[in-house]
Amino acid sequence: MDIIRNFPLFTIVLSLFSGVFCTMLKGKTAKYYTLIYECLLIVLVSFVLWYTYRTGDSFTYTMGEFPAPWGNEIRAGVLEATLALGFLIIIFCSVMGGWKFLVVDVDETKVNLYFTLINLLTAALMAMIWTNDIFTGYVFLEIMTLTSCGLMIVREIGRTTLAAVRYMILNLLGSGLFLLGVVLLYDITGHLLMVPMQENIAKMASTSAAMEPVTMSLGILTIGLSIKSGLFPFHFWMPDTYGWSTPTSASILSSIVSKAYIFLLFKIYYRCIGIEIFENLPIRKILFILGILGMIFGSISAIRKSSVNRMVAYSSAAQIGYIYMGIGIGGMMGYTAAMFHIIVHAVTKSLLFLTTPRLAEVSGDSLLFKNLQGSAHRAKDAGIVFVLCSLSMVGIPIFAGFSSKLMFALSAAQSDNMKILFFTMSALAISSVLNALYFLRTVIRIYTEGRGGADISAHKLYEEEKGIRGVAYDMEDDEEEEETMLSKLEFRIPAAILIGMNLFLGLFSWYTVDLIQKGLEMFP
Amino acid sequence: MLETLLVNYEEAAAIILFGIGLTMLLFHRNLIKKLIGMNIMDTGTFLFLASMGYISDRKAPIITGGVTNVEAYINPVPAGLVLTGIVVSVSVTAVMLSLTIRLYRRYHTLNLDDVYILSKHQTEDR
Repeated sequence: MDIIRNFPLFTIVLSLFSGVFCTMLKGKTAKYYTLIYECLLIVLVSFVLWYTYRTGDSFTYTMGEFPAPWGNEIRAGVLEATLALGFLIIIFCSVMGGWKFLVVDVDETKVNLYFTLINLLTAALMAMIWTNDIFTGYVFLEIMTLTSCGLMIVREIGRTTLAAVRYMILNLLGSGLFLLGVVLLYDITGHLLMVPMQENIAKMASTSAAMEPVTMSLGILTIGLSIKSGLFPFHFWMPDTYGWSTPTSASILSSIVSKAYIFLLFKIYYRCIGIEIFENLPIRKILFILGILGMIFGSISAIRKSSVNRMVAYSSAAQIGYIYMGIGIGGMMGYTAAMFHIIVHAVTKSLLFLTTPRLAEVSGDSLLFKNLQGSAHRAKDAGIVFVLCSLSMVGIPIFAGFSSKLMFALSAAQSDNMKILFFTMSALAISSVLNALYFLRTVIRIYTEGRGGADISAHKLYEEEKGIRGVAYDMEDDEEEEETMLSKLEFRIPAAILIGMNLFLGLFSWYTVDLIQKGLEMFP
Repeated sequence: MLETLLVNYEEAAAIILFGIGLTMLLFHRNLIKKLIGMNIMDTGTFLFLASMGYISDRKAPIITGGVTNVEAYINPVPAGLVLTGIVVSVSVTAVMLSLTIRLYRRYHTLNLDDVYILSKHQTEDR
């Protein structure tokens, strides 16, 4: 069983190799290769999860057998394995569900390069989840930034290029601040590995040495990573980034990339600084306030949008606010709720971004609300999936969104601080109402029959297209039917997996909560 | 206060450089100048690392003349970090320059405000 201790490293190195390998394959082969490869990774990570859960302890893999203060380390515990498993399943579903639009949006000769980017992003994601060294975290954070920029600009239109430039400028700002924070922390503690760093900071705190430098460098780190993950005042890049990318990219960027940054930040709080020291720093309160502001202002911005993708993108800003609020509430329960919400939001939002283009497709390729009217009748499965996701986002019981909101409320109740309890409860209430307002409005809109104020040309276009397809079907043989069947399955399988995960997180949330809590216990 | 700054003049210069770069990256409208700002910002960090790693009156960490005492050499890790940082910075700059070229070919301007106004007039629904 000792071979399982090598699996975390395998997931990183194999992903890097697969990235290179995909450059040599043809587009469609690269897609099947990536799907099979993601399945392999899911199996490997499941083994790690099973192993760490069974032994009840985390393990450390030392690179080249150099002991602690010198070498580079990888560390695997239950929390890391749970998150990695969730993220990998979502990547698998996004690649499968967005394929139909990928072949339209991406130049035919470059499709294999898209999968190179996906594999490199997987490598960066795995490294950021497993690493025990803060500088390795920085390097893979930059790789993730570059690959996510690549994922956006594969759709070669002006708007994606502009969105990518704005995204990159803010991300480079974040990376620069993160690097400065890492360098300052290294300067203060003399270590890059998380465990010795934490020991030195604990020593400083016990001898009542000045903690201001630590607070300041941690503050710089926090600003850097919150710009990258899109916390409230820095969330304005989201709608362009998610709205114009190809669906697979939008779902991966919104559900995984921003969450990976949050997890790295949480890891730094928990493992570099030490959670007792972090809880006494003012940073936690600021995160709490910004999280709540993000929840409310993200939703208000979402209400005012006229395109469904931009609305969903702004709702991401609100959901990121939830996660930071959980970290701000603090305590075991608060952190558990934050980690739980990372998975919940990733599962729901990735599926939403895969669904909206299918609604747009039957409305003359337009994402504007006025054209989407009645689209759920034209694309029935997409309509149902959108309703289920909306219910989860609003927080209706049996769906995952409800469980996470309940956990935020419980964690606030346990914090023994009336102010925190009051603000959390009010923010949850206001945010739920706002969520219901814009998601259910969209649901009603897509189920309303008729054209209303819709752009008639869009519907006409659809009717014409349908007519052409009908003629084509008459002339050709069953090949066409097989093609549409396959494309339907390509949406239905990932949708079924993600909705299944959503219901599992909603109905049987205690299994995941138990995993997260076990993981947090062995995290320090 | 001023005295501490003067004693640590290398670090102070590094942070000032970082600030200049950060401001340029945020507030300049010209894309190329933004990239120059980004490079200045990274250079500031590297200067900080290099000056922190250096200990006066010590040599580069290569064993010469059989001296194995730790006290004789400087810390090699910051230099390694600077090298890694430079590689990252170069690759990011390359990607950003290629993006700049693509943006310029499409909008024929490097001013981001102008590009933003131009892009508003495009009708790309999806």
